[in-house]
Amino acid sequence: MPLSFSIAVIAIPLLMFLFLGLAGVKMGRKLTGVLGVIAMGVTTVIAYGVALTYFFDSSYIVDGVRKAVIVWNPDWLSFAKDYVVRMGIAIDPIAAMMLVVITTISFMVHLYSLGYMSDHHGNPEKGFQRFYADLALFTFSMLGLVVATNLFQIFVFFEMVGVSSYLLIGFYYHSPAAIHASKKAFIVTRLADLFFLLGIMILGYYTKSFDFFGQNGLTGICDSQEAAQSAISMAGGATFMGCSVMAWALTFIFIGGAGKSAMYPLHIWLPDAMEGPTPVSALIHAATMVVAGVFLVARLFPLYVIEQGAMEIICVVGAFTAFYAAAIACVQSDIKRALAFSTISQIAFMMTSLAVSSANGALIEIHGGYGLGYMASMFHLFTHAMFKALLFLCAGAIIHAVHSNENSDMHGLHKYMPITSIAFLIGCLAIAGIPPFAGFWSKDEILVACYEKGLGWGLWMSAVAGMTAFYMFRIYFLIFHWKEHKVHTEHKPADQVWTMTLPLIILSVVSVVAGFVPMHDLVTWDGKELHTQLNWTVAGSSVGIACVGIALAFVMYFKENALPSKMKNAFSGLWEAAYHRFYMDELYQFITHKVIFKAICVPIAWFDRKFIDGFMNLMADATSQAAYGIRRLQSGSIQGYVYLYLIGALAIAVVGMVCVLM
Amino acid sequence: MDYSQFLLMPQEVGLLLVFLLVFIYDTFMPQRSQRALPVFTTVLFAIYTAICFVPCEVGSAFAGMIETNQATWAMKNILNVGMLIVLMQAAKWTNEEFMRVRRGEFYELLLLTLFGMFLMISARHFLLFVIGLETASLPIACLAAFEKKRYESHEAAAKYVFTAIFSSAIFLLGISFVYGIAGTLYYNDIATMIIGQKSTLLVVALAFVIAGVGFKLSLVPFHQWTADVYQGAPTAVTAYLSVISKGAAAFSFLVIMAQVFGAAYSTAWEWMLYAVIILTITIGNLFAMRQHNLKRFLAFSSISQAGYIMLGVIAANTLGMASMMYYVLVYVFSNLAAFGVIAAIERQTGKTTTDDYNGLFKTNPWLSFTMMLAMFSLGGIPPFAGFFSKFFIFVGACKTGSVAVYVLVLIALVNTIISLYYYLLVVKAMFIRQDDCAIPTLKSSCGERAAMIVCALGIILIGLASCIYTSLTEYTAAIANIFSQI
Repeated sequence: MPLSFSIAVIAIPLLMFLFLGLAGVKMGRKLTGVLGVIAMGVTTVIAYGVALTYFFDSSYIVDGVRKAVIVWNPDWLSFAKDYVVRMGIAIDPIAAMMLVVITTISFMVHLYSLGYMSDHHGNPEKGFQRFYADLALFTFSMLGLVVATNLFQIFVFFEMVGVSSYLLIGFYYHSPAAIHASKKAFIVTRLADLFFLLGIMILGYYTKSFDFFGQNGLTGICDSQEAAQSAISMAGGATFMGCSVMAWALTFIFIGGAGKSAMYPLHIWLPDAMEGPTPVSALIHAATMVVAGVFLVARLFPLYVIEQGAMEIICVVGAFTAFYAAAIACVQSDIKRALAFSTISQIAFMMTSLAVSSANGALIEIHGGYGLGYMASMFHLFTHAMFKALLFLCAGAIIHAVHSNENSDMHGLHKYMPITSIAFLIGCLAIAGIPPFAGFWSKDEILVACYEKGLGWGLWMSAVAGMTAFYMFRIYFLIFHWKEHKVHTEHKPADQVWTMTLPLIILSVVSVVAGFVPMHDLVTWDGKELHTQLNWTVAGSSVGIACVGIALAFVMYFKENALPSKMKNAFSGLWEAAYHRFYMDELYQFITHKVIFKAICVPIAWFDRKFIDGFMNLMADATSQAAYGIRRLQSGSIQGYVYLYLIGALAIAVVGMVCVLM
Repeated sequence: MDYSQFLLMPQEVGLLLVFLLVFIYDTFMPQRSQRALPVFTTVLFAIYTAICFVPCEVGSAFAGMIETNQATWAMKNILNVGMLIVLMQAAKWTNEEFMRVRRGEFYELLLLTLFGMFLMISARHFLLFVIGLETASLPIACLAAFEKKRYESHEAAAKYVFTAIFSSAIFLLGISFVYGIAGTLYYNDIATMIIGQKSTLLVVALAFVIAGVGFKLSLVPFHQWTADVYQGAPTAVTAYLSVISKGAAAFSFLVIMAQVFGAAYSTAWEWMLYAVIILTITIGNLFAMRQHNLKRFLAFSSISQAGYIMLGVIAANTLGMASMMYYVLVYVFSNLAAFGVIAAIERQTGKTTTDDYNGLFKTNPWLSFTMMLAMFSLGGIPPFAGFFSKFFIFVGACKTGSVAVYVLVLIALVNTIISLYYYLLVVKAMFIRQDDCAIPTLKSSCGERAAMIVCALGIILIGLASCIYTSLTEYTAAIANIFSQI
């Protein structure tokens, strides 16, 4: 399939959004849903065709390097000759991989939503058509983001992703919690995007280009290491507060990414975003949008490896976030929130992996570049998207069955929902890193990369991996085992309709086999093949620690016992703090309401009311008075008009004469 | 005579052809098929407009009296598009009861004035220009008086004709001064003759030329006919006057400045224009704030818009010229969208004041939406086209780099904010104010709907398609030769 088909991959979701958005209300719910699913299915097939062609057609490999291909790149804003903003489609390894990820998950979610969104506690869901239109919009935005040919386009689609996420989180707009969550998500990510924009401006100011890949004899900033180096050096060593401006720019861009990818301390929106419908959580807040930040850093990776300062920041933030979120996930009782924190932790894994990959100069010899961590990060992005979407969709099926998010309302469901139970178990095994499930392969590569940066980093991340296994199996056992004490009188929970079960089965299979994708051949930072081998020490120890985590969870949560509450009482302070997410939200509340609002906004508001408004009112009054005062000019009498005409002509003649004579 | 010269003016010839076909249809077709005349004319004109987009041959004809180049080609195409929208909007109105007998005349006069405007743009000789000017002026008086039973319609026509005659006289006086000094009426020859001279008479001539064209553009202080005529004339004619007639005047003024007076007396005309622009924008705005009748309101709003258009001339560079053409293009869509809505509502209810529009959104969401787009675009709110056109025209003016122009742009910016007030008042009336006896749900005709869709698409898309602006920048290079000598 020619790569130009990728235009269709972008266009179909956009058209579906317009069509379903405009005509959806007039169509039946069923028709809308089926149409959305079919369109997404077609998109998925084309995206697979494009990605497979790109990966397995040797004509895209020049001198052993897989080259980025610009499919289509027209000028969009070209109001000055040298500053041109383009909008286009570029396919390179990560873009092709992301096409597969996004379309797969999106298709699964479209299909799943047919069942999930059909009723809301027994009543027909309102806004079913709106839901499908918004899903299409989101898919379009995300696809546009990953195939972007330049930073500006990424920014535009970054914002669109934010908007569609806002729309979908606030889908139940009659619920105050959903409205707050959607506002929170939007504001936090917007704040981060402000930094992103700043970063783009600084970068664009110095490099005079937004383009990633060269075209028509121009070089893009991400073409090669040399191109990146020359782009960085275009700043001419300019510094700001002791750091080079490029490091600032890249750090700002990372902050933008951190907002979308929910890195500490900008993670606060993601748990709340779980107020949205569960399929949305699976699509946006587990698999696609939240990896936009990782994707962004990966996209600019050639620049980041040069600016080590920015990389160090990412590394520290990532490693801390991974641990922090895992700790919180261990005590959450709402299964979607627990999964949300697990997502934050896993994305932090990816970020850390990207950041450590530039660490050790000596390893360049071994791996032929900085590539291992980069490859591992993208690999984990790929596998994580699959099994985390699986976990969320399972959670959705459970919630749909028991009408609650709390794990205390579940317990012992494995008898009632066997397929969901097995699918969830597969997801847990995958995320815990048990071979041969997908997560094992990618997480192992990440840990190897971390150990290469330093023993401390490796141990830290291994510990987090162990915690991952613990909290995931804690959730699993609490949902499907423990002692069932809620009496299901009205109707027994059961596996859901086939549209909801089929995606679970498909994603389970994918979660088993995704680890065998030869990612090191396909997705590397410089397009060359990367030769890796399983590091048995790391692999063995990580499997070992995962098993310890699972065993611990088994002991504590498989059967009803007093151990969890004992532990809770023993470490009550820690437990409380973790349960309340280490009071980050309260801290934000305090800072915004007590500090920023009181100390800054109140005086500004006062100044605004008294002086700015006063001045504006004065201006407005003056304008209004003037408008009243000159009303006599428009007398309606034609003689007056002609007089004024003549006087005017003579007056401007006088003006002209004065100018000429002077 | 070499008849092949007509090939160098394909747009004019095509327009005459359209006119003749309409005339033949009107004269010879039986009474019962007269009802189809509006549709016939509109379709014919649409075909003509589409054909005109084929790039034409460049050159000058008739001993240099006419020149066709890419810039004039683009200008005429902009006017054609506007004219087409006007025709679509007017189709239903011309078929209504009292119009039956005379609808042919309406279209013939309309097409003839457009022909006059084309001559104004293409002329490279002042005599021909004056002929074009008169052809474009006098039939408009007839059009303004078209609703014979309405007193205001007569008043409008009378006022228009008196002021037009007066301004023509002033203009001709100016031209005769020019002839007295240069001894020729060819643009190019005048330009070479007057360069380097320091004649005060020529400055007076220049002032009179500005006054003459300023009448058609309704620049302050030559604007006073505008409000009365816009209010009194039938809405279709008002739309035509405010958009096509004004656009043509702006284009021909640009050509005159760029071809004749641009280099000589650049300080003189720039300061004259400077004063006129400040007056136009400010006074137009101040009056617009207090209007309740929407047609009158749009009259003053279009006066102030003309001030912005003139910013492109004062920039005196290719960028400014391109921005000006772009501004007119956007203005065509925005203003015609507004007039389209007003006309549709007036045709069915006779209501034209802002208060009548209270609660319009509840009953006529699409009309309100179009009107809102128009108001946003006229006010310059992104991402609608009006924002980009204002932005470019400011950029073009700022390119001159003189402090005085920066001040001018600042004044224009302040006025933009003032203008937002009254544009948003209309939006507020439609969307926020409630009225129990709001205008009932109306059914627009096909032509009106098509026109509104075209306008709405134009408002949304033109700003985003930067290729339009880029190509305009290339076209204007054809007439910018004099400005480059400043």
